[in-house]
Amino acid sequence: MGVREIQADDITRTIRRLCIEANTILGDDVVAALTKGLEKEKSKTGKDIFRQLLQNAKIAKAEGIPLCQDTGMVVVFIEMGQDVHIVGGDLNQSINEGVRRGYRDGYLRASTLDPLIRKNLGDNTPAIIHVEIVPGDNFKLTVIPKGFGGENMSRVAILTPASGLEGIKEFVLQTVEKAGANPCPPGIVGVGIGGTLEKAAILAKKSLLRPMGRRHPDQQIAILEQELLDKINKLGVGPQGLGGYVTALDVHIETYPTHIASLPVAVNIQCNCHRHKEAVL
Amino acid sequence: MFMSETLSINTPLTDETLKNLKTGDRVLISGIIYSARDAAHKRLVELIHKGRKLPFEIKGQIVYYVGPTPPKPGMVVGSAGPTSAYRMDPYTPILIAEGLKGMIGKGVRNLDVKEAIKRYKAVYFAATGGAGALISKAIKKADIVAYEDLGTEAIRRMQVEDFPAIVVNDIYGNDLYEQGKKRYRITG
Repeated sequence: MGVREIQADDITRTIRRLCIEANTILGDDVVAALTKGLEKEKSKTGKDIFRQLLQNAKIAKAEGIPLCQDTGMVVVFIEMGQDVHIVGGDLNQSINEGVRRGYRDGYLRASTLDPLIRKNLGDNTPAIIHVEIVPGDNFKLTVIPKGFGGENMSRVAILTPASGLEGIKEFVLQTVEKAGANPCPPGIVGVGIGGTLEKAAILAKKSLLRPMGRRHPDQQIAILEQELLDKINKLGVGPQGLGGYVTALDVHIETYPTHIASLPVAVNIQCNCHRHKEAVL
Repeated sequence: MFMSETLSINTPLTDETLKNLKTGDRVLISGIIYSARDAAHKRLVELIHKGRKLPFEIKGQIVYYVGPTPPKPGMVVGSAGPTSAYRMDPYTPILIAEGLKGMIGKGVRNLDVKEAIKRYKAVYFAATGGAGALISKAIKKADIVAYEDLGTEAIRRMQVEDFPAIVVNDIYGNDLYEQGKKRYRITG
């Protein structure tokens, strides 16, 4: 089997497009989940909020305006076939150039800065890039412009094996309740269980990429997702934290083997404005 | 408990207006509001500590916690929904003491802010986070009045018409985040 060449320019063009589309067009699965939420919610204020969010998605799409002013920090997941060879440029640079152009041409907000100097860098680079090398010659790019209302309320804990399943549930519920209105509920509660400190966090973020309305294929995990969703929706937090029966649209869990001595858990909260777009080159 | 009335109010906020606003009320705000978030708050409070004049008259005014996206050609402002208010908590009581009467954001405030709201008779409104495109329609004009170097975080004087918000903290010490959660919580 030969090597498949991918032009760095194609990566830049694709990232530019995905940044703009993700920020202005809410996915059909998210719109469907919000519509379902509107039916389920009993609070009048909560129902009004769902209506505003659905109306917002229509305006953003029709007029090409960002769904949310926090157009996020760009997280890019790459699945790169090991038979792919990138030519005409550097992978990281081509991605960041795509972000730069997408945020400039799409009138998206630049929010990145040096964490200590705190002066806006002006072009929303660099992106956070996760590359996974897989068999074959496919090249798949997924862009999540991650808003920081939800990111700021996300947490990682290294629990003990003794705290077990109950400890995991308690940590997830506490995280969501403590977050209140800040992560713009109702969104997705992404949970990563296992691995190491950073693996749990990446699993939690990656879980957000699963299309909404789908359960984990492992039945035991699927049951845990449903149980946590039911419990979260009993907290009373509700849409925008103003009280209601829909605090989360869904819970997504991903797991990975961990060490005999540990039980890492990460909760990555995604806002109602769940933006992500992907492309295969 | 939840009146859910929709009231039309104008800025600057008067004591009479504030008296009528109750936790849970839906309001449509018209008039002038000022955008300011983290970096601008820091500078405003530094000016107060130095005894200098603020770049806009704060008495009776509403500050909106927002960092909008750049406007597309022909628009006055881009997407413009609220950011989390807790990050402004360290600065807010000082601004309220200077005469600030209203804040628009999202998320619960700390005790110091709630105390200041009650003591000086101010109000905190929630706008819908994630509805920045919709909210931008209520903003008819946006001009930078200070800190242009902060980009999206600059202070903008915004002329708004029927800006949709909900009263969270009223002058009577009520808090919609507490009340709402209590009302809809299912125990057991």
